[in-house]
Amino acid sequence: MSVITYRQALRDTLRAEMHRDENVFLMGEEIGVFEGSYKITEGLLKEFGERRVRDTPIAEEGFVGAAIGAAMLGLRPVVEIMTINFSLIAIDQIINHAAKIYGMFGGQTSVPMVIRTPGGGGQQLGATHSQNIELFYSFVPGLKVLAPSTPAEAAAMLRAAIRDDDPVLFLENLGLYNSKGEVPEGDETVAEIGRAAVTREGTDITLIGYSRMAMVAGQVAEALAAEGISVEVVDLRSLRPLDRQTIVESVCKTGSAVIAEDDWLTYGIGAEIAASIQEGAFDYLDAPVRRVAMAEVPMPYAKPLESAALPSVESITTAVKETLNAVGRRVG
Amino acid sequence: MRVLPRQLDQPLLRPAVEPGVGAHALASPEQQATAPAFSGSTGPEEADSYVERHTMADTAKPKGGGTTRSTGGRRRSRKDSPSNIADEQPKVLLEYYRQMLLIRRFEERTGQAYTQARIGGYCHLNLGEEATIVGLMTALQERDYLFTNYRDHGYAIGKGMSPRSVMAELYGRSTGAAKGWGGSMHMYDTETRMLGGYGIVGGQLPLATGAALAISYRGGDEVVMCQMGDGTTNIGAWHESLNIASLWNLPVIFVVINNYTGMGTPVEASSAEPELYKRGSAFRIEGVRVDGRDVLAVRDAAANLVERARSEQRPFLLEATSYRMKGHSVVDPAKYRTKEQVEEARSNDPITAFEATLEKAGILTEEAKQEIADSVREEVADAAEFAENSPHPEVSTLFDYTYATPVANESRRMPADPVFAE
Repeated sequence: MSVITYRQALRDTLRAEMHRDENVFLMGEEIGVFEGSYKITEGLLKEFGERRVRDTPIAEEGFVGAAIGAAMLGLRPVVEIMTINFSLIAIDQIINHAAKIYGMFGGQTSVPMVIRTPGGGGQQLGATHSQNIELFYSFVPGLKVLAPSTPAEAAAMLRAAIRDDDPVLFLENLGLYNSKGEVPEGDETVAEIGRAAVTREGTDITLIGYSRMAMVAGQVAEALAAEGISVEVVDLRSLRPLDRQTIVESVCKTGSAVIAEDDWLTYGIGAEIAASIQEGAFDYLDAPVRRVAMAEVPMPYAKPLESAALPSVESITTAVKETLNAVGRRVG
Repeated sequence: MRVLPRQLDQPLLRPAVEPGVGAHALASPEQQATAPAFSGSTGPEEADSYVERHTMADTAKPKGGGTTRSTGGRRRSRKDSPSNIADEQPKVLLEYYRQMLLIRRFEERTGQAYTQARIGGYCHLNLGEEATIVGLMTALQERDYLFTNYRDHGYAIGKGMSPRSVMAELYGRSTGAAKGWGGSMHMYDTETRMLGGYGIVGGQLPLATGAALAISYRGGDEVVMCQMGDGTTNIGAWHESLNIASLWNLPVIFVVINNYTGMGTPVEASSAEPELYKRGSAFRIEGVRVDGRDVLAVRDAAANLVERARSEQRPFLLEATSYRMKGHSVVDPAKYRTKEQVEEARSNDPITAFEATLEKAGILTEEAKQEIADSVREEVADAAEFAENSPHPEVSTLFDYTYATPVANESRRMPADPVFAE
């Protein structure tokens, strides 16, 4: 067992998958000579050469589409889009092509590709560089959307994404790259796509998150344990398909739920989770489902404004306590 | 060394074939006399000086001046096919004629079936483009790949797909090319390497570029052909794809079918450079314009570029001028066209012209003409009958094609189903 960063877990997995399968290659802006905007691909150009680690022009629609075309001929491109905000330039290729080609042509060709891209605010990058728009892709049948929250999950899920025959949007997070976690030495686990995980068992309330918010949910649960509150944490891990069963089973057990999400509240991923809870656990709910999400504004640059706009340990803790009070447990 | 396209009004540096020699009967003498040069192949030894000359001429010319602008996009290439009809095998010529007629009759039947509501959705026909399609498809090897836009029925047939599977797809039947999942705009066939008709303008360009990347990655010798309409040269995917294809030396031929109208908008109203084959110059992609009504000219121009893409590993741009004989789609009465334009299109029917050429050369006898007409009519009738009698897809297959790799918790909810079944 070794403790490594989320970044290192991604890099190690990319490297191992490239060694395992000659069809796997990387494409993206500044991933080669520059070694990646966030250094995920550091050292890979030197090791694999330009054929396997391909720097692209700033042309997201062009190179994401080229990856789809290459995947149609059987290659397994792993594309890096510098941040999820820039995926909007490629959205026609992702939604109208990658997601459609298998079904629209009657299952004749699959599109085995991965789009790796980080979301996340909190870096003072302003309105256009701080968005969490994974919802757009999670909405679309034909795509698979993964959102790992720990280094071990990142490795196991990236392995699964690369070996899967469908287009996978692999959501990373700027706030997670430096986070550390245990990854078993020589681990070859391939995650099962479409499964959520109960990452912490509890009995009082269910706290649901994904990506960075799953990590923050764990911190909230840890802190509340000291106050005698038992929080069950569900890490969604897969946004499409969505593992409703795991969510509902947890809520049936605890009787209440809070959803923490880094995206906007209205129409957000939390709305879908809340609807699923209502449909699957209506009779078990002792309090309304609460959502903690980003303030619905274009993200400001100034630090105090940005911090106020983001969900935090404090705001999630407040929502958990208020929900438990609504249930009738006085938790202060 | 990459070679820039020659300007239309510049003299040929070295014609691929001597003009006037071996001209077949498609072009009249006066057409030959006014024939602007099209870009033939320039030898690598001339490339350097040519690049210079092109660049200097281009910068010296004020925007809006010069022959190019004053003639707008309406000038059509009258370059004769370099092929001498007497050098061609009569059998081959008759096969081109047969294929052109097959596409014509197939599309007429399609239009009919559409107005009878046998075919749903949008329906864009290839009427008037038969020579272009047959010329282009003849230039490809079986192992080469094809991507097209939504006006794809004729291309599908030309690439080798059976009229039955294309018609059945139009009818939305389970025997169709895409099992009834694609429809008119989305023909596809792995076996013949027709890698799709695409409904989003420009969508196929990055895909075709990526297919060429896969070929290059594996060191293969296949070539990708990517067809599109004139309106596509203005969308971002055009610029991004041509840039990437040239930058990475990918074997892809971008083919622009210029029928001078993007739905109802004239090419001059949408493209600042209406001489579309020149638009590759920004990416150092050599462009060639050819008369799309001339099957042999198209074949020769395309074959030349296809083989050069294969051997030189780089992209090319081919513009085929074309007449759309009907509206944008079956339901479009094309009111934006003048009577003269409609008349011009009719008088430029590529099939009538080729027929006349073959008859004059003594290749197409009255008997052969009747025989071909009958066999084509039969094939189209058979395709329509096959489609008509084919089963509709089973509703139980609705969730069969969302994912290639089965996945946990895939939503398979029918309308009005509860999310959690008891």
